[in-house]
Amino acid sequence: MGERAIAAEARDLVKDFDGKRAVDGVSLTVPEGSITGILGPNGAGKTTTIRMMLGIIEPSSGSRSLLGHDRPLEVAREVGYLPEERGLYPAMPVAEAIAFMGALRGLPLKEGRRRALELLKSRGHEDWAKQPIRTLSKGMAQTVQLLGTIIHEPRLIVLDEPFAGLDAINQEKLEQLIRDQAAAGVTVIFSTHVIAHAERLCERVAIIAEGKAVFEGAVDEARGRLRPIVHLRTRADDGPWRAALPASAKKLGGEWRFELPASGPEPLLRALIDGDAGIETLSIERPGLHDAFIAIAGEAAAREMGHVPSAEEAA
Amino acid sequence: MKLPETIRAAFVIARRDFTATVLSKTFLLFLLGPLFPIALGMGMVGIGAQVDRNAKTPPVAVIASQHDFDLLEAARQQLSPLADAEPLVELRHITPAADVSLQSSQLLSAEANPVIGVLEGGLTAPRLSGAVTMRSRTARQVGLFVDEARRMSVQQPVQGVALQVFPTTGTAGLKAFTRSMTGRVAQTLLFVLTILLAGMLLSQLIEEKSSKVIEVLAAAAPVDAIFLGKLFAMLATSLTGIALWAAVGAGAVAIWTGGGPGALPAPAVGWPVFLALLLIYFSMSYLLIGATFLGIGAQASTAREVQILSMPVTMGQLVLFGFASLGVGQPMSGQAIAAAVFPLSSPFAMIARAAEQPMIWPHLLALVWQGLWVALILKFAAAVFRRSVLKSGPSRRWPWQRRKRRPA
Repeated sequence: MGERAIAAEARDLVKDFDGKRAVDGVSLTVPEGSITGILGPNGAGKTTTIRMMLGIIEPSSGSRSLLGHDRPLEVAREVGYLPEERGLYPAMPVAEAIAFMGALRGLPLKEGRRRALELLKSRGHEDWAKQPIRTLSKGMAQTVQLLGTIIHEPRLIVLDEPFAGLDAINQEKLEQLIRDQAAAGVTVIFSTHVIAHAERLCERVAIIAEGKAVFEGAVDEARGRLRPIVHLRTRADDGPWRAALPASAKKLGGEWRFELPASGPEPLLRALIDGDAGIETLSIERPGLHDAFIAIAGEAAAREMGHVPSAEEAA
Repeated sequence: MKLPETIRAAFVIARRDFTATVLSKTFLLFLLGPLFPIALGMGMVGIGAQVDRNAKTPPVAVIASQHDFDLLEAARQQLSPLADAEPLVELRHITPAADVSLQSSQLLSAEANPVIGVLEGGLTAPRLSGAVTMRSRTARQVGLFVDEARRMSVQQPVQGVALQVFPTTGTAGLKAFTRSMTGRVAQTLLFVLTILLAGMLLSQLIEEKSSKVIEVLAAAAPVDAIFLGKLFAMLATSLTGIALWAAVGAGAVAIWTGGGPGALPAPAVGWPVFLALLLIYFSMSYLLIGATFLGIGAQASTAREVQILSMPVTMGQLVLFGFASLGVGQPMSGQAIAAAVFPLSSPFAMIARAAEQPMIWPHLLALVWQGLWVALILKFAAAVFRRSVLKSGPSRRWPWQRRKRRPA
């Protein structure tokens, strides 16, 4: 993280609803200018965590700060938020809706209208400006709401499940928008249950499962939680080389798969060669964020049940 | 968030709501709203006449000897079983003074203990003067009392001429009666408008909850600002509507009476003050009831739930309205004072009082009192709104609906 300032921070956030714990001690640190993903399965507590961080709801306990303020609404002008459940006034014309969202964040309405037209034009949607929201498709309405989220040029953007409901082309456009914002120095936090987006975009991730933050750190650190997987094909079916394979090694379709031993690839290779394995192919695969996510979220779920599966089991 | 920022955000929300409502087709319907009760009212003139017949009028003063008065009162009692359709006129005994004519005119103009008419001349030459005509209920009934009293005279039935009726204008009794009717009309108008607008406010909130706009608002502005913005936007909308109705109404009255609203019987505080008080009391009652409705609306997530929740409140309002209307015509009665003191019925009771009593100071007192309650209810309702409006996950589960659920 180095010397970067902190844009958002949560410490042991807890939220109870009607006696049920929805979020159970989530901590999170978001450096300024970073893209941070909040990952978790549906119902994990991502939205509730985001709502608490933004000051939409108050935590039952714990603390949070946004752009250095303990009361997040005090910096509402510098924050943009796209909620999971998109909300726009159906009768409002598009440009007016975008300007209104800016006005809520302190941008004068006149300036908001000007910027709204500019934003629509830059994306080739100037013909949408006067259309009522109700005439737009779901994807179009989502784009409008996204433009409303950045109309006031915030320092921090929080997007809750922004890719949900978008087709592949619009997902690509949204990814680019997030990259552009980050390149301009804007801090971006987004939640998703689709790991691929986080893998492509994020510098840091927080993994939430069952209301608890089971991991928080750099994406490489999450990947580093899993050992690399070895894929091995040999000419010999059996021989002394088999002793070099770990007990958990499995043969699937003529290929051996196992976690790379902690001693590293060199002792393994030497043992295979010395044991006359007759190596046809050998590859070492670095685990993806998807594997890490499932392993970590699975571990957390398993911990609650009193059983910790191996990374491979979880995968 | 500091207060000016809350006010700024409330203003942005109020401006949006106001513009959206006033420029919508629904607002046209809202403006046409008063035409429906007017049309209905014209079709129900018969019912109106019935209500008029049943309305309690001030009594008739009887300047007569105790003996004659006792005979008249006995006759009235005798006839009371026959008076199912309309209430019998009440009689008040007045001992004759030296100058009966002067005494009669003093009675007719007295604002304290007003009378609708004065009967003099005993049973032999009865003369009824006041806000009566030959065919009026009062004159018909008094004529019957006189005939019956003559017949009941034990020693010797009294002979005499038929009751003579002398209509006069501007009697204190008539004035009191018309003022109480003005008060009743104003009270009803206030109640209907308040309930109508509070209902509209509630529908708007439900629409926003279901269209998920509420979260966009709550992420950008404090919930108090959303609450106040919505409440005051609807108030501004309704005041716009009222201004339009008032202009059209004044024009209609001018055409009908040939003299503008001033041609109507003036309420006790005068038309300008009365109309100003009507607006202020409307705002007070709307803020009291609208805030309550918003607090309730925050608990519900569907129109059906709102209906279930708001019904008891609406019924409660009807009871309050009934309570406030009990004091009309008797502004100094315990009921009228109790209705003026109880915060939720206070605006209704006080507007009726403005029609009947000329004093201004009770209104200043009442407005301070109501203002305190508006602040208190706004604070409480905003807290309920804040707590309930953005609960994560699906709609609130009522005890009979409880199942396991997990917020997103």
